Amino acid sequence: MFETSLRLALTLTQIGVVMGIVLLTVAILTLLERKVLAWMQDRMGPMEVGPYGILQPVADGLKLFFKEDIIPAGANKLLFSLAPILSLVPALIGFAVIPFGPNISVEFFGVEFKPFVISDINIGILYILAFASIGAYGVILAGWSSNSKYSLLGGLRAAAQLISYELNVALSIVGVLLLAGTLSMVKIVEAQGGNWFFGIIPNWFAFALPFPQFVAFVVFYLASVAETNRLPFDLPEAESELVAGFFTEYSGMRFAFFFLAEYANMILVSCVAAVLFFGGWQAPWPFLQFHGSLEHLAWLSGIFWFTIKVYFFLFMFFWIRATLPRLRYDQLMRFGWKVLLPIALGNVVVTSIMAYIFPNS
Amino acid sequence: MESGSELLLGYLSGYFPILIFIFLALAFGLVTLALSYLVQPKYPESEKLSTYECGSEPFSDSRMPFPVRYYVIAMLFVIFDIEIIFLYPWAVTFDQLGLIGLVEMMIFIGLFVVAYVYAWRKGALEWD
Repeated sequence: MFETSLRLALTLTQIGVVMGIVLLTVAILTLLERKVLAWMQDRMGPMEVGPYGILQPVADGLKLFFKEDIIPAGANKLLFSLAPILSLVPALIGFAVIPFGPNISVEFFGVEFKPFVISDINIGILYILAFASIGAYGVILAGWSSNSKYSLLGGLRAAAQLISYELNVALSIVGVLLLAGTLSMVKIVEAQGGNWFFGIIPNWFAFALPFPQFVAFVVFYLASVAETNRLPFDLPEAESELVAGFFTEYSGMRFAFFFLAEYANMILVSCVAAVLFFGGWQAPWPFLQFHGSLEHLAWLSGIFWFTIKVYFFLFMFFWIRATLPRLRYDQLMRFGWKVLLPIALGNVVVTSIMAYIFPNS
Repeated sequence: MESGSELLLGYLSGYFPILIFIFLALAFGLVTLALSYLVQPKYPESEKLSTYECGSEPFSDSRMPFPVRYYVIAMLFVIFDIEIIFLYPWAVTFDQLGLIGLVEMMIFIGLFVVAYVYAWRKGALEWD
């Protein structure tokens, strides 16, 4: 009995910490995005709230929290209220299988648990893909239930875009699964230890033999940018044509939930990119992590490297946004179906042939 | 030797934290909405509640018909996504399957390509 309740308490603590970190990172990102865009455009960005504007996310959050929540006349009330939650929950629970640090077990009053991953299920990546698809329901329900033309068009576009790029995400991962031989996120990271080419190049799947998955990574990343509705693929919420797309009619906390979901999804795909293609918590070279007499602190350097990688991919989101103009909708669909899909398929074929010719290298 | 039910239980126990996570995430959403509902002002009026249409009065039904292209894309997605999911178990057990597995999957991918080329030639991927 004691053991069960202790295990439950540990799990609850773990989930609370992960959710707290994700929500905190979302708050940081809202500020960071405006700051990064501002610096790239030679501006200052938000400067009024707190020193250098660092309290801006708090002000934004409070404002949205105290704002009137309008349900437009003619909207389907139940679905309208349900949609933001349906979009937020899948974005949050994807983090349940992300390994944030080394796969170590800690004994705590006789209960063994893994501090850096909430649950290491053996179908980790499939679980993430499955819940990412459920997020599409939130988007399309929001668009349909609002009873607004802009929302409906935005929701339709979003749904078509999500499912089109979902294919590319799923297909670009196959190469990694083939080399790793597992669907578990923890085991995928563990398969990427060490270096090759005289110890210069890390064995991350983006660079590893027998066939580097770098092209697959580019496909995965572009498709992920499209799946999170970020520029240059933000057609579902293109301000200049659709006002705010599927959340035109939303205000207050419900609007904030769509915002939270979008940023949580950005963090999630950055985590997945780091885990699948760039070695998760693995340091690029052995001397860049705690070893020898500091071996027991290796988890600290593991978390450090994971954070660095995730923030790099998040920075790329902003960088791409600041650099590229928005695509047209037909260009967007053509790019997904006629460019990314054949590349991803070709990658699977080449990877499997190479993996057959050079096994276990 | 573990019995079947013990194995199943051990397998399912990995999903228990995920179940808790789903409940906590739901609770976070609902509690935040409820708290916000308690402190927010409520001054509904007909103009405010009308849907946004660039300032003009909303006219006609908002749930208008939309192009059939979306259905075609959805159907293609279902077909191709199932075919891609077929690749997953093959990829995971690739090492044990040997040449047979490789050849069989190349034939499968060949069929995939045939379907893809057919959809392309029929213009299902065009968007105009």
